[in-house]
Amino acid sequence: MKLEISANEYVNGIKDGTFTAEEFTARTMEQISKLEPKLHAFISVNNDAVEQARMIDKKIRENEKVGVFYGMPISVKDNICVKGSRTTCGSKMLQDFVSPYDATVSSILKSEDATIVGKTNLDEFAMGVATEFSAFGPTKNPWNTDCVPGGSSGGSAVSIRALESLLSLGSDTGGSVRNPASFCSVVGLKPTYGLISRYGLVSYANSIEQIGPMGRSVEDVAFLLNHIAGKDQNDNTTIDNGHQNYLSDLDAGIQGKRVGIIKEMCKSEGLDKNVESAFRRSVSSFEKLGANVGEVSLDLVDYTIAAYYILTASEAGSNLARYDNLRYGFDFPQEGYEFKSYISKARKQFGPEVTRRMILGGFVPSAGFAGKYLLKALQVKSKLQKEIGEAFKKFDFLISPTVPILPFRFGEKTNDPLAMYLADINTATANLTGVPAISVPFEISNGLPIGIQIHANRLEEKQILQAAYALEKTTNLPEVQL
Amino acid sequence: MIGLEIHCQLTKLESKLFCTCKANYRGFEPNENICPICVGLPGTLPRLNQKAVEKATMIAMALNCETPQKVGFFRKNYFYPDLPKNFQITQLNLYGPTSIGEKGKIMIEDKPIRIRRIQIEEDPGRLIYEGASEQTQITLVDYNRAGTPLVEIVTEPDFEDPRQVRIFLNILSDLLENLGVSDPSLEGAMRADANVSIENSPRVEVKNINSFYDLEKAIHFETTRQQSLNERGIPIIQETRHWDDRRKITVSSRTKEEEEDYRYILEGDIPWVLMDGQSLELWKKNMPESISSKKERYLSKYGIAPQVADVLSSDKYYSDLFEQSHDDLNAKDVANMITTDLMGLVDTREKREQSKLTPKHLSELVQQIKSGKITRNSAKNILQEIVKTGDTVTEIIARTGSSKITNEAEIAKIVDDVIREEPNAVQQAKENEQTINFLVGKIMQKTKGKADPTLALRILKQKIA
Repeated sequence: MKLEISANEYVNGIKDGTFTAEEFTARTMEQISKLEPKLHAFISVNNDAVEQARMIDKKIRENEKVGVFYGMPISVKDNICVKGSRTTCGSKMLQDFVSPYDATVSSILKSEDATIVGKTNLDEFAMGVATEFSAFGPTKNPWNTDCVPGGSSGGSAVSIRALESLLSLGSDTGGSVRNPASFCSVVGLKPTYGLISRYGLVSYANSIEQIGPMGRSVEDVAFLLNHIAGKDQNDNTTIDNGHQNYLSDLDAGIQGKRVGIIKEMCKSEGLDKNVESAFRRSVSSFEKLGANVGEVSLDLVDYTIAAYYILTASEAGSNLARYDNLRYGFDFPQEGYEFKSYISKARKQFGPEVTRRMILGGFVPSAGFAGKYLLKALQVKSKLQKEIGEAFKKFDFLISPTVPILPFRFGEKTNDPLAMYLADINTATANLTGVPAISVPFEISNGLPIGIQIHANRLEEKQILQAAYALEKTTNLPEVQL
Repeated sequence: MIGLEIHCQLTKLESKLFCTCKANYRGFEPNENICPICVGLPGTLPRLNQKAVEKATMIAMALNCETPQKVGFFRKNYFYPDLPKNFQITQLNLYGPTSIGEKGKIMIEDKPIRIRRIQIEEDPGRLIYEGASEQTQITLVDYNRAGTPLVEIVTEPDFEDPRQVRIFLNILSDLLENLGVSDPSLEGAMRADANVSIENSPRVEVKNINSFYDLEKAIHFETTRQQSLNERGIPIIQETRHWDDRRKITVSSRTKEEEEDYRYILEGDIPWVLMDGQSLELWKKNMPESISSKKERYLSKYGIAPQVADVLSSDKYYSDLFEQSHDDLNAKDVANMITTDLMGLVDTREKREQSKLTPKHLSELVQQIKSGKITRNSAKNILQEIVKTGDTVTEIIARTGSSKITNEAEIAKIVDDVIREEPNAVQQAKENEQTINFLVGKIMQKTKGKADPTLALRILKQKIA
């Protein structure tokens, strides 16, 4: 029994009786035990996973109705609530928080008989590009354990690359699904804002973030998306997708489609030579697939990082204000403190990156400064939306390298936040504009992965997956040595 | 100059503003009426109660406000233990008019009071302080109230004195009750802060006022305080002062609450609510008849006396009773019955809750008077019995022997008794016919109001003539 199979192969294997859910889950849990000391993809592991898989086998044996996942091992980023399990957000602030409710995506996974194998590591409250800022220690890149796996959904990306789970759910506020997908050579989709319910996703910058499906192949991502997309009464921002089937016609190809290279995302000074040449080769691949490739300029891309960090800090400052440890959190007696000094004491639990953004978040929307910062950022957002809308009149897809650089070494950027923030430069545009974007593994350069990013217009997930599938088929990537 | 900020809970809504917990949190054990959403657990999102938008819009329309094309919500960020998320979801006209209403107006005694703005927001939880002394004091937090739908109504500084404030609040409270959006008599359902300033001086905000009675007192105190400062040439500073309930004075808040920067940001979790003309039209149509329209109808259609129509129309409990018990013929009698006989029996919320009276009782009672079965005077006693027991009018008449006495001989006998007992009054009545009513009163007293008054008067007149 191989662990490196697709979701479809898994379902068929179960149906054929080639293996049971229990066997597959048990093998997955062995893999986790074996690799976790080296990779640390998980913050917590579900010790009941094998037992739960056994119950699903029982349902199958007794011909009861079985959910679409048939016990498939899936990992969930630790900022998504799963009832009865810890949801730490990679923070000491929530180290003891056991969620009393399920996120909408978690309850779908459960009711459709997925086996949630564990909660994956992340940068504290999803703020980071390297999974270095987890209070529980970093996650290592399986391609080179001296390098970061990307972030903030680094644990999710590593867990699927290292066969510790078959699929994973991450979250993407400025690139947090696509960046680690690129760095670990997996597929990660940031869907249209509102396509997947955020209910139960711990908010960081709620107006732009989305839960994103991650997998080892485009088909796997389409499979997962099929079951978690759509309107949810618990999230007023969700939109009806008309029960799209993202798996059908996945191989439709992109013959005659118009593909635009986003100039500003391919010319930055920080663009790594290896990434640049890989990207050039991906352009040829698109051409060979029959697409008409052109160039497009999004002038405002130069301002996205500034706008993105102002906007996310403002929202984070508000979203994270609730962590005062009065209702839940860590063990810390409130008695004997006056409220304000208590709050400042309690908030010392935040790590350095969160603290930095909270301070920024207290400043940029404040009276006298909001006009200079927050309102300008909002203007950039709305102008960028217009600009990308114009671009989609001329192109079906807009492409770029997912990340302008290769996975870097631990600590390399920790002391230079601005350099670190630039890693988001190609991904934040999709968040600010609400359009979907996917990262597809394209090359391994000197043992380090490079991903290509494809954007499509709002709610064009079906198209984006078709393009990603076509590009994926042109590649032949080596396996990672675990 | 006085301006008001009134907070009114939409107690008639089934659920809270952003979750399905009860909007009326009263009667629960502490922290029993809560869920992950209203306690602001990580990952939860507000789920807007559309009914709150509808009801608040009705208030805006009743106060003659302009309604916006789209309604939006904002976060007011500040730290307080009763605020689960450490921000309050509220409304603000930050990018154009997006709060539920603005620029309204209502009249009090021919004086217009302008409404600056109406907004929907969530009520915080409640803090309860316990402990023997300052040193041992502990603060308990109860989140049952957190997320209760509130409507904040902000007036322009159009009031000249506490009396006008009182009249306004009475009118507003009747209006809200009439709309069926709130029950202002519930403890804490309607609260008000006041902005007080005297000529050319900065305004002072007075908070923490628990009752309308205290509000009048607080405004009076604050006006006097500012005037006396002014007379002595001491500058008045712009500040927030708290009403000290015990000492009945306002005290400067030492916390710099008013200087706090709320860092308002758009609440992205609640999409803009587009106010299409169709819904507005429908809501307007569904609004209960206004108090003034009711009054007008009572006056013109039934010829009910103005004071009676006033009382009847402004109190939803009375007008509902009236609407359900009258017909074209008995309207006036039913109205009088409610405003003269019933009123004292059901003048508090407790009495109303306990009352067993139904509209059917009222129409039956009036019918019995009309048909001559009982006297107008007996009706009051019978009403008392109805309220207490809920028995039918006929049952009570039978049980208490309240039938009208129409037997001439029986009344004549009582008339004789009264003439014998009150020789002076008889003498007076002979000299001045106006005073004869005193003797009629005595007759009614002796018969516990059961004697037919017309018959009694005729017999009395005959006997002393």
